[in-house]
Amino acid sequence: MNKFIQHCGIVAPLDRANVDTDMIIPKQFLKSIKRSGFGVYLFDEIRYLDEGVADQDCSNRPLNDDFILNQPRYVQSSVLLARVNFGCGSSREHAPWALEDFGFKSVIAPSFADIFYNNCFKNGLLPVVLSEKIVEQLFSECAATEGYELKVDLERQVVVTPSGEEFAFEVEAFRKHCLINGLDDIDLTMQSVDDIKAYEAKRKGEAPWLFGAIKGN
Amino acid sequence: MAGKTLYDKLFDAHIVRQNDDGSALLYIDLQLLHEVTSPQAFEGLRLAGRKPWRVDANLATPDHNVPTTKRDGGVSAIVDPISRIQVQTLDDNCEDFGILEFKMNDHRQGIVHVVGPEQGATLPGATVVCGDSHTATHGAFGALAHGIGTSEVEHVLATQCLITRKMKNMLIKVEGDLGLGVTAKDLVLHIIGVLGTAGGTGYAIEFGGATMAKISMEGRMTICNMAIEAGARVGMVAVDQITIDYVEGRPFAPKGAQWDQAKAAWADLHSDVDAVFDTVVEINAAAIIPQVTWGTSPEMVVAVDAKVPNPANESDPVKVDGINRALVYMGLSADQLITDIKLDRVFIGSCTNSRIEDMRDAAKVAQGRKVAASIKEAIVVPGSGLVKAQAEAEGLDKIFVAAGFQWREPGCSMCLAMNPDKLEPGEHCASTSNRNFEGRQGNGGRTHLVSPAMAAAAAIKGTFVDVREMMEA
Repeated sequence: MNKFIQHCGIVAPLDRANVDTDMIIPKQFLKSIKRSGFGVYLFDEIRYLDEGVADQDCSNRPLNDDFILNQPRYVQSSVLLARVNFGCGSSREHAPWALEDFGFKSVIAPSFADIFYNNCFKNGLLPVVLSEKIVEQLFSECAATEGYELKVDLERQVVVTPSGEEFAFEVEAFRKHCLINGLDDIDLTMQSVDDIKAYEAKRKGEAPWLFGAIKGN
Repeated sequence: MAGKTLYDKLFDAHIVRQNDDGSALLYIDLQLLHEVTSPQAFEGLRLAGRKPWRVDANLATPDHNVPTTKRDGGVSAIVDPISRIQVQTLDDNCEDFGILEFKMNDHRQGIVHVVGPEQGATLPGATVVCGDSHTATHGAFGALAHGIGTSEVEHVLATQCLITRKMKNMLIKVEGDLGLGVTAKDLVLHIIGVLGTAGGTGYAIEFGGATMAKISMEGRMTICNMAIEAGARVGMVAVDQITIDYVEGRPFAPKGAQWDQAKAAWADLHSDVDAVFDTVVEINAAAIIPQVTWGTSPEMVVAVDAKVPNPANESDPVKVDGINRALVYMGLSADQLITDIKLDRVFIGSCTNSRIEDMRDAAKVAQGRKVAASIKEAIVVPGSGLVKAQAEAEGLDKIFVAAGFQWREPGCSMCLAMNPDKLEPGEHCASTSNRNFEGRQGNGGRTHLVSPAMAAAAAIKGTFVDVREMMEA
């Protein structure tokens, strides 16, 4: 997994609440059996004027000029500023894959849906929760300044504005440790093989019906 | 010491290791797999040279991409080449890794959240995960069930565990009887309207109270299924005789001496009387009438006799923006009557409402009536091959077809339009599914979530109508 220690980049403001994962990456692109290549279809329905098709070349599709990621000042953005309940709905990990593939390193919002939040950490994408008041301030500053950048510092757990103002954020110690070191969860869990086997032996005694009923082919 | 909630009991019983930072390694008893969120997980296993930890803890079936029209040609006859590859990839992966799969034309194939329970793979007291947010459905059995991402699908395949942390406890206490024509779907839509789409974020929800104790397993599954639409990954109902009766005799359910042992173990799967919940929400079911969503989030729901909301009555600017955006997308005007909304298509199906009771509810309304001429298409998609067979044994298919509905093969279908069943831009659909997000049922499509009875009634009338009027008639 990609490491995340700190990142400074241009901010794109997505000013709508309850952005769902269907909007982040529509269903037709979920047919891919790959993990990459979703960036060009990120926000497909509001980014392009025509209907997107899986595996399509997007270079000549008509763009919705009103959409932030089509505006020259935000094309190079790598920090997404969003509103409450970002990433709600479907559990599709294609949503963080699409954001990451587009070039986003971090999403800042007042709140995230649980599954999306969790999925981000598996992909080196850092979701940052700041209060609605602070997010509102960042939306204002971003609108006022072309090329507005934020620094997201995971080690120090702060977001730093261009004027040097700092906003602290919370992140679970384990998730932080994994992101900073780019650790793979499965490798870590595999270090607990003995614990898993011990639990499993106990479980088999207590609930034997949960073992062996489904026969593999 | 205070007693434990059902969620506490389920979580605590599955802890492999509790870490100092609050995270825990949790053991997973069952993983359900489908074609959309598993290919990258299997590929990850392959690249790392790993094998599934326990083949017998997994069950797979293709559901999202499968066509619901005649499919005698098998996987190779799926028209969309990308869908075909995805379904074929699931077949290949299950073959390679030795996982039991109900393939597309197996009579047990269907939507994972219908198949797991009807096979007895979903059992009380178990932890159940799937790369699908509607996994909460299985909580109806007093199981701890939730959706996960693809990285976690791979993690569970490889280790039989998840790294997780405990959620907060919420009790939704439902009292009062549901009226005639008011269903579990109306109840859960109403609850989502009360909680809001993020009201359950961070919580495991237990649906309790006297009303829940009377609702069938099908109804409980409908309710738990939509916990995620209120932001909660987990929805649960305590185990009682209704649960036990449903599970008994199913193919993967315990038998003989193990059945007795299991029943004894399951008797404790309820919250203790002195359990403490972080939040309690009380709902009066008797006051609920059939519900219809008007907007682009499941929380945008009103009673069928109500009007489309007016943003002028809302003070929060973020909400005003949301209402205005939804009105434009849905092509509706503020204060318009719900019963004035004209429909183009009707979809009865999805992991929320495709079980036998749902088929019966809809058929009861359809019986002896005709789909309105203005409806372009009304489709009924049973949740599994077994639901389909049961409905046909009861003659429900004939009722639907005589009324002008199409009777289809099982799958997710128009719930999310990954197969050919979808809305055209601007079309309004009365749908028994779970999400009315922009584009969910097809680019530009306009979804209204309702119960199966309400969807059938809308198909007959061509507009929304209070199904109770047709029941009293």
